[in-house]
Amino acid sequence: MSNETTAKTPAPQGGRAGMKKELSEEFKAYKHVWVFVELERGQVHPVSWELMGEGRKLADKLGVELAGVIIGAPGEASKMAAAECFAFGADVAYVAQHEALAEYRNDPFTRVFTDLVKTYKPEILLLGATTLGRDLAGSVATTLLTGLTADSTELAVDADGSLAATRPTFGGSLLCTIYTLNYRPQMATVRPRVMAMPERREGRIGRVVEVVPNLVESDIVTKVLSFLPDRESSKSNLAYADIVVAGGIGLQSAENFQLVKALAEVLGGEYGCSRPVVQKGWVPVDRQIGQTGKTIRPKLYIAAGISGAIQHRVGVEGADLILAINTDKNAPIFDFAHVGVVGDATRILPTLTRAFRARLSVNRLAS
Amino acid sequence: MHIVVCLKQVPDSAQIRVHPVTNTIMRQGVPTIINPYDLFALEQALQLRDQHGGEVTVLTMGPPMAEDSLRKALTFGADRAVLLTDRFFAGSDTLATSFALASAIQKISETWSAPDIVFTGKQTIDGDTAQVGPGVARRLELNQLTYVARISGIDFAERSVTVERRAEGGVQTLKTSLPCLVTMLEGTNTIRRGTMHDALRAARATVVKWSAAEAGIKDLTKCGLKGSPTVVKRVFAPTPRSERAQIVDLTGKSNEEMGEALMAEIFARSPSLESALEKMAAGY
Ligand SMILES: Cc1cc2nc3c(=O)[nH]c(=O)nc-3n(C[C@H](O)[C@H](O)[C@H](O)COP(=O)(O)OP(=O)(O)OC[C@H]3O[C@@H](n4cnc5c(N)ncnc54)[C@H](O)[C@@H]3O)c2cc1C
Ligand SMILES: Nc1ncnc2c1ncn2[C@@H]1O[C@H](COP(=O)(O)O)[C@@H](O)[C@H]1O
Repeated sequence: MSNETTAKTPAPQGGRAGMKKELSEEFKAYKHVWVFVELERGQVHPVSWELMGEGRKLADKLGVELAGVIIGAPGEASKMAAAECFAFGADVAYVAQHEALAEYRNDPFTRVFTDLVKTYKPEILLLGATTLGRDLAGSVATTLLTGLTADSTELAVDADGSLAATRPTFGGSLLCTIYTLNYRPQMATVRPRVMAMPERREGRIGRVVEVVPNLVESDIVTKVLSFLPDRESSKSNLAYADIVVAGGIGLQSAENFQLVKALAEVLGGEYGCSRPVVQKGWVPVDRQIGQTGKTIRPKLYIAAGISGAIQHRVGVEGADLILAINTDKNAPIFDFAHVGVVGDATRILPTLTRAFRARLSVNRLAS
Repeated sequence: MHIVVCLKQVPDSAQIRVHPVTNTIMRQGVPTIINPYDLFALEQALQLRDQHGGEVTVLTMGPPMAEDSLRKALTFGADRAVLLTDRFFAGSDTLATSFALASAIQKISETWSAPDIVFTGKQTIDGDTAQVGPGVARRLELNQLTYVARISGIDFAERSVTVERRAEGGVQTLKTSLPCLVTMLEGTNTIRRGTMHDALRAARATVVKWSAAEAGIKDLTKCGLKGSPTVVKRVFAPTPRSERAQIVDLTGKSNEEMGEALMAEIFARSPSLESALEKMAAGY
């Protein structure tokens, strides 16, 4: 369809919105919802199950099957991942196993994945927006010449069965809903912790489709020389922590930031920060929360000396309970926190740490 | 060695306006900067050139005013700048953008020399997809290295490159052959200021400007809105939360009372948290 014709048709939401779905016969054959199951070093990234939960809803709405796609080395891990796919709601698991797929590399994964898509023709393809998922999604979408919506925060199926993927843009100042009308599959990535973890049901079964990839190691140019896991001490489980205490520029110095760490430690949680704190070098970048950092979904989020800019807000809105401490009663953080304290964080944080420490050690004696 | 750095001119502030008809971002009147993430890529490219010799070409696709960003890159020390500008590119999504950039890099190869490395930033602050880099790599069939924290070595005899890549839960050391495409992670590298010589050179330099046709693009249906499989149907502002935070008044309380009061407030709102914490404490 040309733009000229759309311009003449008065569309309620403007030129682009006037575009209608016009699927070719080839693309009409595309059915079912797929979730890429990110299996690395024997473990599935939890974002894959979060997506499985979303995928289930989309598949039910469309009345189609939900499948997990597992790409990895031959062995137990892939088999277990398939069983987990079913426990989290999949009807089918596509399992592609080959020695060359033991560690993630763009080229063989892209080849195996695009071959699967061309053979089985899914209409929707979801991947986690992790470093792996983004690396793969961009290549797969470009190879298939289809649309990809990155870092979606909401997925829905509209009246005519199209995927409506909503994502923040311009650092969260705006949201936009994106469609891939005339191409298939419709692809989207979602960041970890943006979607809730679905319920896991033991004993559910499904169909396993084994695929033998046509790969030869000597044809693959890129080699993995080593993998250095993050040191236990610096490995932060920030995205998946139940309790997160974070500090912002309001703490005024790297020394004061210790107050944030101390409270996080007493609570058995993780600490995080706003972006300028990273830029000042007080805290390493993997602790940054927000649009260009991590998305968190804790039971409790304590934000101390953080103004609550939109780029920070989008990373924390999934928290069950947000407590904000800020000297400025008009700070935007109070617009989305549940509980607020107007006061000096450097004074209030230690009082909280002391109160929790006392409470939790009393309990320890009692038990 | 020839290095191409893709950089994008982006709006500097949150003063975003949306075109009421096309639902695309209107850039007029908003101050612009080089996408901050692309500066890490540029600095890395300049360092490699300084070590190994060769040239750095900066490339951007954008409106005519994007020339400003290219001039800035020249003052930092880039050797050559190419601006890909044409109304046919308007409304490009990541697939159409990667097509245009890949075509321009092809043309750069024919005009000067084929790049050994193409750099992009990790992501832009406006498009913010981190997908254009992989898209360009795919289209040019370059070996793809994303989220690179460090280039650990280049062997020109072997035509190989070794990098440290930020993966989930650790750092992957990858070796691949040139040519390759690297998307550069933000790091401690800050962009150099550039020398006086660079500034003078930049002032005299001409930015090469190519239309779609001049970049060798024949199939215009792969560009701009037409070449974009994604369609933005709706752009809207996030809905504000209806309630503001309930402010706990701590005036007149001692430090001890303050901590107690806040803890009580947290537990009152989240009783499950209280039991979870108690379990954790008991587990010690
Ligand atoms: C493209 C882009 C991406 C971005 N991504 C992110 C991101 O991922 N994460 C992120 O956090 N930011 C991000 N930002 C930055 C964001 O816009 C804000 O600048 C940042 O979040 C502000 O950090 P802050 O709240 O620590 O500092 P400020 O905004 O300076 O706020 C400090 C706050 O501390 C309060 N304060 C001062 N003294 C005290 C005290 N003694 N006790 C208590 N409170 C005190 C002040 O009232 C103020 O509200 C991004 C920006 C852009 C443009
Ligand atoms: N219009 C453009 N011109 C040049 N480079 C671009 C353009 N758009 C994106 N890039 C490059 O691709 C990277 C990723 O962009 P994005 O996919 O928009 O997050 C950026 O950091 C740039 O290096």
